[in-house]
Amino acid sequence: MSGEFALQGVNLVKYFPTGASRFLGRPTNSVRAVDGVSFSVRAGATLGIVGESGCGKSTLARVATRLIEPTSGSVLLDGEDITNAKGTALQHARRKMQMIFQDPYSSLNPRHSVGQIIGAPLEVQKITPPQGEKNRVQELMQLVGLNPEHYNRYPHEFSGGQRQRIGIARSLVLNPSIIVADEPVSALDVSIQAQILNLLDGLQKDLGLSYVFIAHDLSVVRHIADDVAVMYLGKIVESGPAEVVYRSPSHPYTKALLSAVPVANPQRRGDHERIRLVGDVPSPIDPPSGCRFRTRCWLATDLCASQEPELIQDAQGRSVACHFPLESGQTAS
Amino acid sequence: MADAILSVQHLSVGFDTPDGVVHAVNDVSFDVRAGETVCIVGESGSGKSVTASSILRLNNSITATTQGNIYVDGVDVLNCSDDDVRKIRGSEVAMVFQDPLSALNPYYTVGRQIAEAYEVHHPNASKDEVRTVVLDMLKKVGIPNPEKRYDEYPHQFSGGMRQRIVIAIALVNKPKILIADEPTTALDVTVQAQILDLMMDLQRETNMAIILITHDLGVVAEIAQKVLVMYAGRVVETADVESLYSLPTHPYSWGLLGAVASLDHERGSQLRTIAGTPPSLISIPSGCAFRPRCDFYMGDTSSCHTTVPSLQQVTGTSSFSACHLGNEQLVSIGKGKVLS
Repeated sequence: MSGEFALQGVNLVKYFPTGASRFLGRPTNSVRAVDGVSFSVRAGATLGIVGESGCGKSTLARVATRLIEPTSGSVLLDGEDITNAKGTALQHARRKMQMIFQDPYSSLNPRHSVGQIIGAPLEVQKITPPQGEKNRVQELMQLVGLNPEHYNRYPHEFSGGQRQRIGIARSLVLNPSIIVADEPVSALDVSIQAQILNLLDGLQKDLGLSYVFIAHDLSVVRHIADDVAVMYLGKIVESGPAEVVYRSPSHPYTKALLSAVPVANPQRRGDHERIRLVGDVPSPIDPPSGCRFRTRCWLATDLCASQEPELIQDAQGRSVACHFPLESGQTAS
Repeated sequence: MADAILSVQHLSVGFDTPDGVVHAVNDVSFDVRAGETVCIVGESGSGKSVTASSILRLNNSITATTQGNIYVDGVDVLNCSDDDVRKIRGSEVAMVFQDPLSALNPYYTVGRQIAEAYEVHHPNASKDEVRTVVLDMLKKVGIPNPEKRYDEYPHQFSGGMRQRIVIAIALVNKPKILIADEPTTALDVTVQAQILDLMMDLQRETNMAIILITHDLGVVAEIAQKVLVMYAGRVVETADVESLYSLPTHPYSWGLLGAVASLDHERGSQLRTIAGTPPSLISIPSGCAFRPRCDFYMGDTSSCHTTVPSLQQVTGTSSFSACHLGNEQLVSIGKGKVLS
């Protein structure tokens, strides 16, 4: 391992062509799922990426892991550019970078035993661990809290939480340095969610892993992330140390998002201000000009429509893309 | 209960499956008064949704065996004729489901779908009257430009807007009880906040009772007055919302509250968890169904193992708890289990 950053994305763009017109013979439009996103994951730390559905979080995860090709931009793994890596180079890159998926049902092959599923990355990479594949797999099952004797069982014999543990074991079998987890707990019940979060936390401490943790649940991200990036319509609107962003959100969208999270304390029902965002997220096919959040923002002016705000870093290490960032403590009108 | 608009008494529902009978709901009783918001919380498979659908007699009559009584405004829902149930559905009691896309028919305009719900209970209404009512409803649930949106199809609406349409359909007959089964689970948090606000506004206007089913303890804290905590088909605790969060009185509630990730948590703090997973509803553990996961299990010879605990008021509180631990213990331990 070298360098300060485990994984970096530089100006990543991913457009999906859409509305192909036979008449003109070319795609007429594109969904701008990720539109110029840069991020860095510090080695041994967790970057949380939050945002509402359709903001491009999952696409970003897929681009960052090279599961899909970016339209432009580059991905740096351990300081090494893997954007155009092919063949063996890509295969080697993937040993360092693994993914955990959202749905513990569809991400496990129902016809394979747990042993096969967890061992699959070893087969693909043609690696034989010194202690033998079966021992390695059982070691991991132990590590993630599964009974190693269940090596020959099939996914349907496990509950949702246990299946997610299988997915986690599979992602660890190659000893990766970074794990990209796309909504790993959102399909789970709250008691099970807590188990998995604690497990991920523990694994990070024990194995020195770096995480990219993608979630729509801000409370969950608060719990696990060191740094956080808030996405809106394919762009990062605010990023920085989680502590800073959560304590004093600077972008109006971050503020609104945080204020919309229900507080599990009935006594505070009245006293936290809730910003009611009007309307819905605009279409990523035809995003608003200037600042993309301006159509729902209560501070928007003509400037916001004409000029796109740049992501500017402040003294606390937080970057925000807004013409009128909120001062800490400032309230919304 | 005199002033209860809904009274569920000793409701049990079992489903026949090839593997055996799934005991989805076991001896559940509760009352709901007009204007009250009752939340039913619990994890998947705890019987929340089956309890709710029983109120409208929506469970499959071939596979489901239902026992007990449900009174909606005095009418015995489980034992009245199909015609009488149909009169209740949609007019007295309306339901909003989790997924707004599958609750709407893609082939009909949203205006038509709201109108249909109205016409079923107002067969003699004129076309003009129906249209006025529907437009009024669209306005009420916050659909901008209702005249134009009336003739649009569900796919032309976003998720949040669709849920507003579903709520419009549910409320067009001014029901006395609205049952909302995870109405915001499929929605983003900013939209969730909009929908919860909308439901509360409409409740203030019409004084309807809301039964909200959710697994999100944040949502519960925001809108509930009374809470039922369900586990393995049984109500294990009922409390008013302040009590539940300030002094929970059941080991499962303690676990559930401890497991909630909160915005106030420090990075790296451990979440309290409940070990293990919920039991299969085909073979529910003897005695207290929660005992295999309970930190306070008193052993195989204790009443935890042999007797199903009944819901009893915890002395010195307004809460009811189904636990064999003594009242003093429930109170003293519960005080330490408050959310940070």
